[in-house]
Amino acid sequence: MARRIESSLPDKISIDMTPMIDVVFQLISFFMFSLKVVAPEGDFDIRMPLGKSASATVDDQQVPPIRVKLSAGPDGSLAGIAMNGNPVADFNDLQKKVVSLVGKGRGPDSLADKTEVEMDCDYGLKYANVVRAITAVSGTVQDGQIVELIKKIKFTPPKAGK
Amino acid sequence: MPKRTAEASTTDIDMTPMIDMTFQLITFFMFVMNFSEAEQDDRIQLPMSQLAKPVDGPVEKPITLQLANNGSVIYAGEMIGLRDVGGYLEQEKSVMIDAGKEPASATVIVRADGRAKTGEVQEIIKICQEKGFEKFALRAQYDEGR
Repeated sequence: MARRIESSLPDKISIDMTPMIDVVFQLISFFMFSLKVVAPEGDFDIRMPLGKSASATVDDQQVPPIRVKLSAGPDGSLAGIAMNGNPVADFNDLQKKVVSLVGKGRGPDSLADKTEVEMDCDYGLKYANVVRAITAVSGTVQDGQIVELIKKIKFTPPKAGK
Repeated sequence: MPKRTAEASTTDIDMTPMIDMTFQLITFFMFVMNFSEAEQDDRIQLPMSQLAKPVDGPVEKPITLQLANNGSVIYAGEMIGLRDVGGYLEQEKSVMIDAGKEPASATVIVRADGRAKTGEVQEIIKICQEKGFEKFALRAQYDEGR
């Protein structure tokens, strides 16, 4: 037996959307204004305990460190690069020389892992050049992949003077 | 004059697409939002490097020292002289020792301007070394080009 259910409610219940939309727009504006566009940054790790920076550490050091000398011109620009006393044309050349010295082998016991680079920079040299030199010795980018070279980098003690 | 019906006075707009889109926007901004407390300063123009890929996780217990072009150091948002860094680091060190941590375990992030003098960067490192810090991270901006 069919029975008709009679309801006094209307077919469509209309919810008042206004408060929700208000809150949602508040949220949007909050996230929009707190959005900070940051350029991606990365680090070069350097471990330099005091007292061991001047001379080569003896403990696990079978390989002599590569000495990279960066000379500055009067305005702080790069005047010359030298590796182990031999002049180097540019940072690409420096990288090639480093690769030829440590070889292609990579891994925990490879020559590249054991070798250390000591940076000897003039006081007035612009810091961007140092980062370029560190970039040259610490790795290359091949097909979007980073191939690591030397990870141990240290500085000689700062020279007094201007 | 025609009589207005009751339905015509309230126009029903379909809110569904707008709310959908709004929630999409909220989701987008939520995901894009950077919660990392990375200290950055517009006064510093970092040098560019192709190898400076962003690190995966935040550095443990970092102390950020930023070296501006003019040789002054920005520490905790304040501009201080290069010679005053030692005093602030001494405070950091005593805070760390109170918390039972060694200064050697902390990383000092050096955000130096690309135009700053290398000698000044080295002096900062030297001051940190004297206070017992030995892990450093030279920060550079990731260069996607080439």
